[in-house]
Amino acid sequence: MTDGTYGVKDLYVTFGRNRALEDVTLAIPARQITAVVGGDGAGKSTLMRTLAGRYAPSAGLVAAPDARRIGYQSAASGSWADLTVGENVAFVGASYGLSGERLARRAEELLGRAGLGDVRDRLAGDLSGGMRAKLGFCLAMLHEPDLLILDEPTTGVDPVSRVEVWRLISEAAADGASVVLATTYMDEAERAASLLVLENGRTLLSGSPEDVVASLPGAIVETTAARRPEFSWRRGSAHREWWPAGAPEGEATIRPDLEDVVIVASLRELQTHRGVR
Amino acid sequence: MSGPLLRADHLTRRFGSFVAVDDVSFAVAAGEVVGLLGANGAGKTTVLRMLLGLLEPTDGLADLLGGPPDRSARARLGYVPQSLGLYGELTAWENAEFSAQAYGGAAVPLTGPLADQADHLVSDIGLGLQRQLAFHVALQHRPDVLVLDEPTSGVEPLARARLWDIVRAQADHGVGILVTTHYMQEARQCDRLLLMSRGRLVASGSEADIVAGTRVVEIIASSWTAVFAALSSASLPVSLAGRTVRVVDADPHRIEAILDKAGISAELRSVSPTIEERMTALAREAAPSS
Repeated sequence: MTDGTYGVKDLYVTFGRNRALEDVTLAIPARQITAVVGGDGAGKSTLMRTLAGRYAPSAGLVAAPDARRIGYQSAASGSWADLTVGENVAFVGASYGLSGERLARRAEELLGRAGLGDVRDRLAGDLSGGMRAKLGFCLAMLHEPDLLILDEPTTGVDPVSRVEVWRLISEAAADGASVVLATTYMDEAERAASLLVLENGRTLLSGSPEDVVASLPGAIVETTAARRPEFSWRRGSAHREWWPAGAPEGEATIRPDLEDVVIVASLRELQTHRGVR
Repeated sequence: MSGPLLRADHLTRRFGSFVAVDDVSFAVAAGEVVGLLGANGAGKTTVLRMLLGLLEPTDGLADLLGGPPDRSARARLGYVPQSLGLYGELTAWENAEFSAQAYGGAAVPLTGPLADQADHLVSDIGLGLQRQLAFHVALQHRPDVLVLDEPTSGVEPLARARLWDIVRAQADHGVGILVTTHYMQEARQCDRLLLMSRGRLVASGSEADIVAGTRVVEIIASSWTAVFAALSSASLPVSLAGRTVRVVDADPHRIEAILDKAGISAELRSVSPTIEERMTALAREAAPSS
C-alpha cells in the first residue's frame, strides 16, 4: 500500500485457542478518519494493537509505517497519572527522540489547541476525564505520526469535550495523517469517511456510512405493534420491523440510519449461526 | 394514581454561593419515557439525587409518587446507575437474590440469555449481559418509577435494542421512566427530552426543540483539507463529518469571506446541530467571553 494508505488484509489474530480476529480487511487512507465500531469484546482493541505492532498477526498482512511514525493512544487514556502534564510530554517526547526547542514548540502548539496550555503543572491523574482524553491524544500526536491509532478516544468523555476531541482528530487528518479510531458510538461512526463494524472478531459491515446504510437488504417499516418480534426493535414508542423481501403491500418504508442497519446485520448473523447449528 | 410519578417543582439547590440547580420544573407521567440531557456539570446528577431523596433541595419541591422521596416511596422505585451497581464477586443469581432480599421480596428467575449465566460471577460476563442483569435486578420488585443513568452506553446496537425493548415494555405497562444521558441513540428512544445547562432547564420537547437556537454551517468543497485549514487558522471551531466541514454557530458570510480570500469555492448549507454540538454552543454562550 502506498501514498499513506495503511491497513490490514485478510487478518487473523489468535490467542491460544481463542480467535480474536478472523479474516478482517481494512484500508486506512491518509487525510481521512476511519472508524472501527463494535461493542465490548468485538475485537476493536485487538485490531488497534495489531496495527500498532503490539500483537503479531497469525495470518494475513499488516501495512503500517515504521514504529516511530505511528501514534497510538490506548483505551486507558494513554498518559501517566503520577506525572504532570509537562512531565508526560517530556517523557513521551524523549521516547520518540524529541527534545529541546523542537519538543517545546510542538508541545506548545498541541497543548494550546487542546486547551491544556494552562495546566502543564497539574498531575495527569488530577485532570477531568475530558482533559485526560485530550492529553492522551496530544501525546499520541507529539511526533507528528503518519498513522494515528486511537482506541476509544472519546469513551466516557463528556459531550463538550467529545466535540473538542473530534475537532483535534479532524485537524490531524487535515494535516495529512491516516487516522483510525475505535468507538462504540454510532453517531461518531457516521461522521467518519469510512467504517468497519466488528462483531465477535468478524466483519459485520464495512464501507462509507452512506454505502453501508444503502446496503441494507429488504426494507424497514414502522408499526404500532410488532408482527415479527424477532426482527423488530423499538424506536421511541414505535416498533421498527425488518422485512427481507421488501415492505408488505401498501406499507411505507422508513429511511434507516446506521443504528438500524447494524441491528439488521446482527440479526441476520444470528440467524445464519442458528441455521448452521 | 393520577398525578405525575416524578415531579420537580421550582427545584433549586445551592452549594455555598454556587447554584447547581436553578429553578427547575418538570414532571414524568405514567407510561412516559423522558430523557434528561446535559453536559457534565449541567446539574443532571444533582436533580436526580434530590428526586431520589438523597439530597435536600435548598428551595422548591422534589416529589416521588405524589409525596416526598422517603423510604416507602423509594421502595417503589427502580434505579440503574451508570456503574450498574452489581457485585462482581457474586454470581448473577446471587446478585438477583441479594437485591430482592433488600426489598423484602423473592428473586425473579433469570430468563433468556441471562439464564445461562446464572452461576457465573458477574465480573466474568460481558458488559451487554451485565447491563441486562442490572435491569433485571432493578425491575424485580415491580417498581412504578424507573430511573436509568446512561443505560446502554458501550453496548452494540442489537444489545442496545434489546435493552430498550425492556424499557419500552415497562412504559407500555404504565411505569414512568426518567433517563439521563448525553447520547443521541438513547435520546432518540425517549418520548420527550429536557435539556439542562449550567443548572437551568433551557429547552424541552422533541429532538428538534432541544437543538433549536443553534445552527451549523456545513461546507462542501472539492478539498475539505483546504477548507479546514483556512477556517481553522481563522480560529473558527471547525469539525469534520465524512468529507464535509462543520462549524457550529458561525456567520455564513464570514465563512464565505474567509474561503474567498483563500481562493476556495465551496457550497454552504445551514443544518441542524447534533445534541452535542448544541451543548457545546450552550457551554460557549455561558462561558465568560475570552
